[in-house]
Amino acid sequence: MRKVYSKIETIAGNVISVKATDVQYGELARVSTAYGDTLAEVIKLDGELVSMQVFAGGRGISTGDEVRFLGNPMRVSFSDSLQGRIFDGSGKPRDNGPELTDNLITIGGPSVNPAKRIIPRNMIRTGIPMIDLFNTLVESQKLPIFSVSGEPYNQLLSRIAMQAEVDLIILGGMGLKYDDYLFFKEELENGGAMSRTIMFVHTASDPVVESLMVPDISLAVAEKFALQGKKVLVLLTDMTNFADAMKEIAITQEQVPSNRGYPGDLYSQLASRYEKAVDFEGSGSITILGVTTMPGDDVTHPVPDNTGYITEGQYYLKNGRIEPFGSLSRLKQQVNDKTRDDHRAIMDGMIKLYAAYKSSLEKKSMGFNMSAWDEKLLKYGSQFEKGMMDLSVNIPLEKALDLGWEIMASCFEKDETGLKTDLINRYWPKGK
Amino acid sequence: MKSVGKIIGVNGNMVTVQVAGTISMNEVGYILVDDKKLKSEVIRILGDSCQMQVFEMTKGIKVGDEVEFTKELLAVELGPGLLKQVYDGLQNPLPELAEAAGFFLERGIYLKALDRDVLWDFTPIANVGDTVAKADKLGTVPEGPFTHEIMVPFNLLKNYKVKEIKPAGQYKVDDVVARLEDEKGNTIDVKMYFEWPVKRAIDCYSERLKPTKPMVTKVRLVDTFLPVALGGTYCIPGPFGAGKTVLQQVTSKNAEVDIVIIAACGERAGEVVETLKEFPELIDPKTGNSLMERTVIICNTSSMPVASREASVYTAVTIAEYYRQMGLNILLLADSTSRWAQAMREMSGRLEEIPGEEAFPAYLESVIAGFYERAGIVKLKDGREGSVTIGGTVSPAGGNFEEPVTQATLKVVGAFHGLSRERSDARKYPAIDPMDSWSKYPSVLNIDAVQYARKILFRGSEIEAMMKVVGEEGTALEDYVIYLKSDFLDAVYLQQNSFDPVDAAVIVERQRHVFSHIVDIMGAEFSFDSKNEARTFFNGLRQAFIDFNGVEWQSTEFFSKEKVLVDTLNKKKVSLDSFAAELLKAGV
Repeated sequence: MRKVYSKIETIAGNVISVKATDVQYGELARVSTAYGDTLAEVIKLDGELVSMQVFAGGRGISTGDEVRFLGNPMRVSFSDSLQGRIFDGSGKPRDNGPELTDNLITIGGPSVNPAKRIIPRNMIRTGIPMIDLFNTLVESQKLPIFSVSGEPYNQLLSRIAMQAEVDLIILGGMGLKYDDYLFFKEELENGGAMSRTIMFVHTASDPVVESLMVPDISLAVAEKFALQGKKVLVLLTDMTNFADAMKEIAITQEQVPSNRGYPGDLYSQLASRYEKAVDFEGSGSITILGVTTMPGDDVTHPVPDNTGYITEGQYYLKNGRIEPFGSLSRLKQQVNDKTRDDHRAIMDGMIKLYAAYKSSLEKKSMGFNMSAWDEKLLKYGSQFEKGMMDLSVNIPLEKALDLGWEIMASCFEKDETGLKTDLINRYWPKGK
Repeated sequence: MKSVGKIIGVNGNMVTVQVAGTISMNEVGYILVDDKKLKSEVIRILGDSCQMQVFEMTKGIKVGDEVEFTKELLAVELGPGLLKQVYDGLQNPLPELAEAAGFFLERGIYLKALDRDVLWDFTPIANVGDTVAKADKLGTVPEGPFTHEIMVPFNLLKNYKVKEIKPAGQYKVDDVVARLEDEKGNTIDVKMYFEWPVKRAIDCYSERLKPTKPMVTKVRLVDTFLPVALGGTYCIPGPFGAGKTVLQQVTSKNAEVDIVIIAACGERAGEVVETLKEFPELIDPKTGNSLMERTVIICNTSSMPVASREASVYTAVTIAEYYRQMGLNILLLADSTSRWAQAMREMSGRLEEIPGEEAFPAYLESVIAGFYERAGIVKLKDGREGSVTIGGTVSPAGGNFEEPVTQATLKVVGAFHGLSRERSDARKYPAIDPMDSWSKYPSVLNIDAVQYARKILFRGSEIEAMMKVVGEEGTALEDYVIYLKSDFLDAVYLQQNSFDPVDAAVIVERQRHVFSHIVDIMGAEFSFDSKNEARTFFNGLRQAFIDFNGVEWQSTEFFSKEKVLVDTLNKKKVSLDSFAAELLKAGV
C-alpha cells in the first residue's frame, strides 16, 4: 500500500513540494484537491523534499491536500483503438469516448542508436512546388514551419497532412487556439482522414504543464506504431508554446536563465523530441512536421534559433508563401537525384536567378534605371512568384520542373541561366 | 579501498551523493538503479558529499540509492582496433550496442571499446634488456593501411628494462606482450592496450613545431585563400543552414591526412548516419582502401545524454593524440563545439555557479583554449613528425558571431572560416565569407598571386556596394568591369559544387593550373563598348569556366574545354596588366 502524504510544504507557481521517502525521479503522483484529482510529476529530489510540477497548475491547491505517489513515470495507453480519438495533454479523452487504460507505455523513452538508423530515401510528395521542387520533404525528416503569428501555418500543415502518403497522422497541439483545434478536427474529418488520425491537444486555456507532455505522448505513440511498420506523420503545433511552458517551469524553479529567460537546456530538450524522427530499418518511420512561431518575425529568437540547429531544415512561411530564402530541406539531396536529372540544376539555377531578381527589385525601389538585364529579371521574378510560390498551386513535381524551363525560356537567353550546356540542350523548350 | 555513497538529491542529470571514504575530483562512480549501473563523474566535492554528473537518463533514481566509486578518472582505451569504429562519447561501440540492445540506447549498458577476440599480428621491436620509457615502441601490428605501434603505456613515468617480450605471432589486445621491470625490481605487464584519462593531454614528444605545412582539403577557397596547416586549428562558425556540416563532411572525405576523427557532438543523428553508411563505400584515393579504414567516429548526438556530450570531444582528441605518437597526421573534426559549450553551461547551471555572459560559465574561455591547444605538429622522440589538426564548427545563437563561444574560439584558432547567411541564401557554396574570414597559415599557391586576386575581390565588393547607392548607370565602365571580374572569380573559383563528382574535390595541381587562368582573366584589359556587352561577355566566360570545372583533370575533354575558355577570353582581351604577366611568368 502506498503512503499518502497530506502536508504540502511549498507551493510556487505550478510546482509543489512534500516531504516523502522512497520516491523516484520522474515518478507520477496524484494530488487530490478541492477541484478534483490531478497528476503531478517529480522534477527534483533534495533529501526528503520532493518537488513536483502539477499538471492542473498550482492554483487552488491547499497545503492540506493529499499526495499519493503512483510508483511509475508518465504513461499512455497504446493500442489500435487510439486511432480516430482525441485526448488532452495528460492522456484523458477529449472526445466523448471511453478512457483507455490497457497496455500502458512509458513516454520520453531512450533515443535511437545512431548505428541503427538508415539514410532516408523516400520523398514525400505534397504537390506544392516550393516543397517538392525546391525543398523536398523526405520520409523520417524533422522539419518545422517557421512562421509569424497570423500566417496560415495550420492550414499549410493540414494540407500537407491530407496530401502526404502516410499510414497514420498524429497531431500534437500545444497552446492551440480553440478555433484552430476545431479547424483541424473539421479538416481531417471532411478530408476523410480522421480514422487514421490521433490527436493529443492542449488548448490555450488548459493548464500549462499539460502542454509539456504533448510532444512526448505523441512521439511515444508514434514510435510504437512505427515499430509495427506504419509510416507515421507527427504534426506538432506550436513548439514555441512548448518552449514557453518550459521557460515558465524553469523560472518557477529558480533556474539560471540563459537567453531571454529560456533555460540553458532548451536545445537539448527540443532535440530530444525532434530526434525521435526516424526510419526504422525493416519497419515503419516517423516524420515530424512542426510549427515554430517566431515572435516578431525574429529568426534569431532562442526558440526558432535552437530549432533551426536541430531540425533538418525549415519552411519559412511569410506573406502566405513559402519563402525560398530561409527555407531549406537538408535531406533533399538524398532524394532529388532520383527524380529527374534536371531537378537539382533547376532548383539551384532558379533560386540564383530569383536572388538576382531581388537585388534588381531593390535597385528599382531606390529609383535607379533598369538595365535590359534588370528588366529580364523583373519579368522572371513575377512569373516565378506566380507560377511557383503561390500556395494555391497544386502540381506534381514533373510539371513543376517543366514549368521552370518554360519560365526561364520566356525570360532569358540560354547562356544567361548559368546552367550546364548539356541540360539546356535537352530541356530548353523547343522554339524559344 | 574503493569508496561508496548514497544518493541524497536528484536534479536533472546531476545527483548529490553522501560519501563514505575518500573520493577524488572527476572520479568515475556508478549509481545502482534497479539492476543497472549508471556511469557518473564527480564534478564538485563539498565536505562529505559530492555532486556528480550522470552520463545517462536519471529517471527512476531514488534518494538512498547506492553509488560505487571506482578510484579512476574518465578514461579511454588506446590500442589497435580503434580505426573504423563508431563510438559514443564514452567510447561504447555503437554497432555492438545495437546488437546487444536493439533499436534503442538502453541505459546502463557499457561494452569494451576494443574487441577482445580479434587476433593481431604482433611483431616485436624491442629486445630483452633494452631500456625503455613511456611511448617507446615495443612492437607493431598492422591495422588497415597503417603500422600500429604497440608502445610503453604513457602512464609509466620512469625508465624500465624489458624483461620479456613475446615473439612474433597472433595475440589479442588483452594478452600480455611484454614484461617490464623498473629500477626497484617491480615487474609491469604490458598489454597491447592501455587506458588514458581523456582530460589530460598526451605529451610524449620532444618538441612542438610551428604548423607551416598545408593540410590540403581540396576545397579551392580554403586551400588557396584561407589555408589550414597540419597541426593547426581552425573554426567554422555559421548560422544554421549555412553549410557547416556539409563542409566538414566534404573535408572528412577529401582531406589529405592519414586519419580523420569525426566528433559528432550534440548534432543531428542523421548526419552521422550519412557518414556511417557512405564511408565504407567510398575509396580513399591515397591508399585504395575504403575511407572507413582511416576514420574513427565519436558520436554523441543531440538526443543522447548531455554529460557524455561534454566527454565526447575529449575522447576524440585523446584518440587523435594517440595516433599522432605513431608519426601520423590526424584531422579531428568537431561538430559542434557550441553544443559542447552548452553541455558545460547546463552543468554549470545545475551547480548554481555564478553565470558569465549568456549564462555560460566563467571558465568557458580557458576550457575552449585548453581543447584547441591539444592540436599541434610535434617532433617525436625518434625524430619523426606527427600532427593533430583540429577543425571545430561553432553554432552561434542567432548567427551572431559576437556571442561568447565564437569569440572564445576566435582567440585561439589559426584560421577562421566564417559562413554567411547571405551567401548560403544565394546558394553560393561553400558559404565561407571571403571578406571576413582569415587565416594565419601559408597558402598552397603563390601568395602574391593570391593577394592579387583578393584585391580584385575586395575592390569588386566595394564597387558593388557603391553601385547599390549610385546605380549601375552611375558607375564607370572601368569599375563595372572590375565588379564583373570579382563576381566571376567568386562564381568559378570560390564557389564549388560539392555534389558534382569532379568539382567536389580539386587537387592542388589543378588549383594551381586553374588559378593561372584566373590571374590571366583578372589581369586582362578588355575593350567593351557598353556595360551590357561586358556583362554578356562575362556570362559566356563564366559558362565556359563552369563547364571546364566539371570535367576530369587532364582528360581530352579537359583540354577541349580549356581551349573553349581561352578562345572565349581572347575574343575580347586586348592586353594583360604587367603585374599579372609577371605573376604568370613566375608561376602561381
